[in-house]
Amino acid sequence: MVAYVIKRVLWFPLVLAIISFVTFTMGFYGPGDPAMVRLGPKATPESIERMREKMGLNDPFLYQYTNYVFDALNGDFGESYSFSGRTVAELITKKIGISFQLGLAAMIISIGIGIPLGVLAAIRQGTLMDTFLVGFGLFFYATPVFISAPLLIMFFGVKFHLLPTSGWDGITSLSAIMPVIVLGFPGIAVMTRLTRASFLEVINQDFVRTAHAKGLSDFQVNTRHVMKNALIPLITVLGLSLATLVEGAFITETIFGIPGIGRLAVDSILSRDYPVIMAITLIVAFAFSLTNLIVDLLYCYVDPRIRLTG
Amino acid sequence: MIGHNSKNKKFWMRPKVIFAMFVLIMAYGGGIFSSVIAPYDYAEQDLSSVRQGPSMEHFLGTDFVGRDHFSRIIYSLRTNLIITFAAVVTGGVVLGIFLGLMSGYCGGWIDSLVMRIGDIFLAFPGLLLVILIAATIRPRLINWAREIEDTTFIEGLVQWGVIDYVIVFGSLAAFGWVGIARMVRGQVLQIREFEYVVAGKAIGASTPRVLLKHVFPNALPPIIVVLTMGMGSIVGAEVILSWLGIGIQPPTPSLGNMIREAQNISVLQNYPHMLIPPVLVVALLIFAWNLLGDAINDFFNPRSR
Repeated sequence: MVAYVIKRVLWFPLVLAIISFVTFTMGFYGPGDPAMVRLGPKATPESIERMREKMGLNDPFLYQYTNYVFDALNGDFGESYSFSGRTVAELITKKIGISFQLGLAAMIISIGIGIPLGVLAAIRQGTLMDTFLVGFGLFFYATPVFISAPLLIMFFGVKFHLLPTSGWDGITSLSAIMPVIVLGFPGIAVMTRLTRASFLEVINQDFVRTAHAKGLSDFQVNTRHVMKNALIPLITVLGLSLATLVEGAFITETIFGIPGIGRLAVDSILSRDYPVIMAITLIVAFAFSLTNLIVDLLYCYVDPRIRLTG
Repeated sequence: MIGHNSKNKKFWMRPKVIFAMFVLIMAYGGGIFSSVIAPYDYAEQDLSSVRQGPSMEHFLGTDFVGRDHFSRIIYSLRTNLIITFAAVVTGGVVLGIFLGLMSGYCGGWIDSLVMRIGDIFLAFPGLLLVILIAATIRPRLINWAREIEDTTFIEGLVQWGVIDYVIVFGSLAAFGWVGIARMVRGQVLQIREFEYVVAGKAIGASTPRVLLKHVFPNALPPIIVVLTMGMGSIVGAEVILSWLGIGIQPPTPSLGNMIREAQNISVLQNYPHMLIPPVLVVALLIFAWNLLGDAINDFFNPRSR
């Protein structure tokens, strides 16, 4: 167990090193000249050359990369190309909170709505209700955010003027309602599907029949015996839903004009702001690896039959 | 589990399958025969009838330069069809299945290498890297294509948007293989211990023969399930890339482009007919693939119903 954790944790820096190398290479050989971006379209070739020298862009590739890694290890991710004078760390710390709130709210509604719907579908298996819920799940599972977002904006924002169409005034304001719904919807679908499948798996086991046989009511059996066991596999979804949330955040934040990290990522990719892209990819990769490790450990903890080997 | 009727029905007779196949055949049929079905060309502008609502002449209305909306959707389906199938065939089928078979059957360092590369890909939100690849490689590829056009007799690479197709399906394929490869590997690890595979090896069958004749056919059902389930997200990914402006470039129509053009507030307010058809088409297409995947899954694993 301990050996397994150590092995997995040692794998982290390697993954981050490879990802940073690939992203850095893309930035190095990719299009666009950072010096030109920094100075604007009116700059003369001489001043661009001087800027390149000053930014260290004329140094050899490996020298630049090692420099970047050492600075990054000290928490210095460099300066943004397109927001001149702002450090990447400053930009990201300002925006990550908004994305975090948005993601958390979306996760809460997807778990809070998805699990009860899944249980309902499983208990009423084979009925119209079940068919409807399964269909609903399939429809929203993997349906991209940019399908639901424009439709919601059109109806609630433009037609009936109920909610603001874009902008961000904090998680408790009206402007947060549509983004949270849009971001949470695919999650609801995934949770419904998985809860249903997992519930049905447990419902047919011997100990459930025993519980029924000894005279417990359906409600007691479902809550005390089935639920407890059926929710275990859902822990694995935690990692999956983080992926869905991060990908959803790129599009949701861009559509609704939310100044979060997803929109920053899309903007900086489009404007080739490589220091920002690098930092975001590294943070996301780190968060992913960490979540996956936590999920594996949790899984082992709640179900001791699973032995981790590696 | 108490069986109910649909369980015993033939695969093709299930309502799910009928509906999914109907949508897919309509959509892709429209895409394949787009030049026959579409009443207008996708780039044909008519500035005298701009942003019109649906009418007899223009079945779904026209866009901001008077192009027929219905025709553009039909041609968009062609675009999407080409990219989806190119990405699935290269990434899913060729790379994914090949690497999965190799790493499951050969084991050792090949297995470790393939799986570790897969792990690195998975430590990453796919969409972010797809966007990154598409955004950084595009200008470079276009430059190369221009050089090729200048120095050889090949022409029209850039003009006809061939490069766009290559970028989009290439960056999707780069990601598509991991899931399939892991799944195939898992299957192969089980199957290669079975007696008939061991027997095949014992009588001297070569590795490719064992893989193709004995291992692959038995690993096929779950591969089909995963591939079908993944189709929906590949369809969606093409639309997302084009929507962000780094996929298919106008004037070549793509559902992503069309949604983006329809998406600002004034258009939504005054011309809702520009948004709803492309959005519904994408949603139905993805839904149909998911439905089909689900039905195939039920068919192969009836227990999970």
